Amino acid sequence: MSEKIIEIHIETDDVNESRRDFLKNVGIAGAATLVASPVSVEASADSANPDAETTVAELYQGHFVLMSDKDKKKAIERLEKRYTAKYGKNTTVSDAPPLEGVLFGYALDISKCIGCRRCVHACVQENNQSRDNPVIQWIQVMKIPKGNFSFSADKLNKGYPESSKVGDYGIQVGGNAYTPVGGLSTEEAQSYYSQDEMVPDKNYFYVPVQCQQCEKPPCVKACPVRATFRDPNGVVVIDYNWCIGCRMCQLACPYGARRFNWGEPNLPPEEMNPKTHYFGNRPRMRGVMEKCTFCVQRTREGRNPACLEACPVGARKFGNLLDPESDVRKILAAKKVFRFKEEMSTYPKFFYYIG
Amino acid sequence: MGKILSFAMDFGSHAIKGGPKYKAWLLFLLFFILVGSYTAYRQLTEGLILVGATDQIPMELFFGNFIFTAHVAAAAILVVAPGYFYHRKDIKELAVIGEIIAMCFVATGITFILFHMGRPDKLWHMLPGIGLPNFPNSMLVYDTIVLNVYLFLNFAGVSYILYKKYVGEFDTKALARWFTPVIYLAIVWGPLIHICTAFVLSSNARMGEWATAVLPFGFLAMAGASGPSLVILLFLLIRKNTKLQINDSVIDLMATIIGWSLGIIMLVFAAEYFTALYSNTEHAASLNYSMFGHNGLNMYTPWFWGTVGSIVCCFVAILIPKIRKSYDLWLPVVCVVVFLAILVEKPMMLVFPAFSPSPHGEYTEYHPTLIEFFNVLFTWAIGFITLTLMVKGAVGILTGEVKYHKPAASE
Repeated sequence: MSEKIIEIHIETDDVNESRRDFLKNVGIAGAATLVASPVSVEASADSANPDAETTVAELYQGHFVLMSDKDKKKAIERLEKRYTAKYGKNTTVSDAPPLEGVLFGYALDISKCIGCRRCVHACVQENNQSRDNPVIQWIQVMKIPKGNFSFSADKLNKGYPESSKVGDYGIQVGGNAYTPVGGLSTEEAQSYYSQDEMVPDKNYFYVPVQCQQCEKPPCVKACPVRATFRDPNGVVVIDYNWCIGCRMCQLACPYGARRFNWGEPNLPPEEMNPKTHYFGNRPRMRGVMEKCTFCVQRTREGRNPACLEACPVGARKFGNLLDPESDVRKILAAKKVFRFKEEMSTYPKFFYYIG
Repeated sequence: MGKILSFAMDFGSHAIKGGPKYKAWLLFLLFFILVGSYTAYRQLTEGLILVGATDQIPMELFFGNFIFTAHVAAAAILVVAPGYFYHRKDIKELAVIGEIIAMCFVATGITFILFHMGRPDKLWHMLPGIGLPNFPNSMLVYDTIVLNVYLFLNFAGVSYILYKKYVGEFDTKALARWFTPVIYLAIVWGPLIHICTAFVLSSNARMGEWATAVLPFGFLAMAGASGPSLVILLFLLIRKNTKLQINDSVIDLMATIIGWSLGIIMLVFAAEYFTALYSNTEHAASLNYSMFGHNGLNMYTPWFWGTVGSIVCCFVAILIPKIRKSYDLWLPVVCVVVFLAILVEKPMMLVFPAFSPSPHGEYTEYHPTLIEFFNVLFTWAIGFITLTLMVKGAVGILTGEVKYHKPAASE
């Protein structure tokens, strides 16, 4: 056993390389649009119960996109006050608008991925997911055996019928014929390998799956109230306050990318990330859907998603699909690239490649 | 105004009157409503984490039961249609009972959907005008529209007929002018609630087992079997316990419909299974799972074979005249089995196994929780108590026991 757990410490300097590259592509314009309206912890403590006030006001809050600027500002202030009081941290809820002339795309090198799931945990920390009961993770890493999953040397050439008068060319009735059901690329995938397992296992390859930010998203089509929609940057986001929790989007998604807050989310205040966006990582409530937004709170400021920064092997690339000089476009031009479940005709903007 | 008030009073007081068995039945249902109030409160305050649903199987027992209530509600047209389309005198009188069944079951279905919702407080987002319904894209919006219109049509029909009969002004001439079109619309609307519910399922391309064109046909056939089963049971009970005359010809018609429907269900299943299993590609994965299990997970297997077996047995049984004519014993037994088989088919064959394999190749079993179970019973108890009281009152009016008396004498 020569393999060892690959231990790579992420220095902030490591990330700057890719970030600089990204900034070049999308421009820093986004950073200026960040709306930061700090509310001090003491100030909000004065009001009797920000939680109750917010709850009442939110009962008749409209769809965020259609609200007037004044109402948006009010809604944001309400949320900031509530989060600040609840988590004891100076929380900002940004409503930074989408960037101009940008269509976000993601590329992931499955030959590099080692299955360490650092992206999963970085995502959970960045995006304020519920830690426990329910456990919510937006990225799921599939561990798939190398080779062809329906091939078995033992069963090969077995199960043909006995010779008969009409010859030996019968239909196979055993052997490889009936196990497993063919066609599913995920048939032998395991997503729940142990936390302290050594990675990478040389018999497996790893495929992280998160929201594929489809060009033709079935979830958006299925939502009965347009709570989920595709923003001008091509990212599918959710107005958590408008979601009615019917889970039709979860039913429609071929990637299993959507996660539901089955109960009141459990987010320990000390682990809460206070820098949030309305459509992104602000703390969610019970009974609403959530999903990967390519870290909308970061990307609208010109930063890279948290999962990319956490990747110790550089398997993840992010950029502007409209810019021919971006990382992602260069990969699309030069590498062996495929989309997950292309037969679903959803046209994901998340690409897998072999580097 | 006084007339309407006395209608409501007389209707209500007749509905709760009855023998000890009737009272016991009401108390039995009331027990589940009481227990269910507590479990419903728990679920509304703590969220869906108390039910068995997960991100792998996001649809719970409520959803399966909702589909079933749509079946029975739509099938009520089978009581209404023969009277109005074929002018069958023996059943035209009873049309109102069919409409009561439709009304109660649609209402029960909507209650199931309330339990299914993560944020029932935000349902107004679906209302046009103040909300933002995703029309014409979302199939759930269509389903909401057709269900509510069907509820309204039947409510209007039931209250009109009963009230007019109560005050003794049931005039067939006046009926023809506006009421008959309403009834015709309700008859056409019945299949529609079904087709829309089937499309809510089959519009999801990733759900291999649901993405089939026969789904609406299967649903219609199952409606034709489960609805009349309930109708026969109800008619037999009414005939035995009240003065309302129900001819054997009506029961026989319903039994014939059940037989045909069971035959069509078998054909639909056969078509579906043949298409899936002959080539045995990825589209057959869920079916293989429910038929034979997967790597030791075989919770659905007995349910699958049990349901298919009972449908076949009931089909054979109802073809035998002796059984079909045995109004006191065998026919009710067959009806109960058909009703339960199709009720069980919904979650255990249609909904839960369809989620395995998941998009990530996960195979999962669904385990309902006690709270979920009691919430289902709660909803059914509300549905059946409404149905019982409505039918009891309606029978009183149809037999003439409940009639409008001028209040002059007493005042």
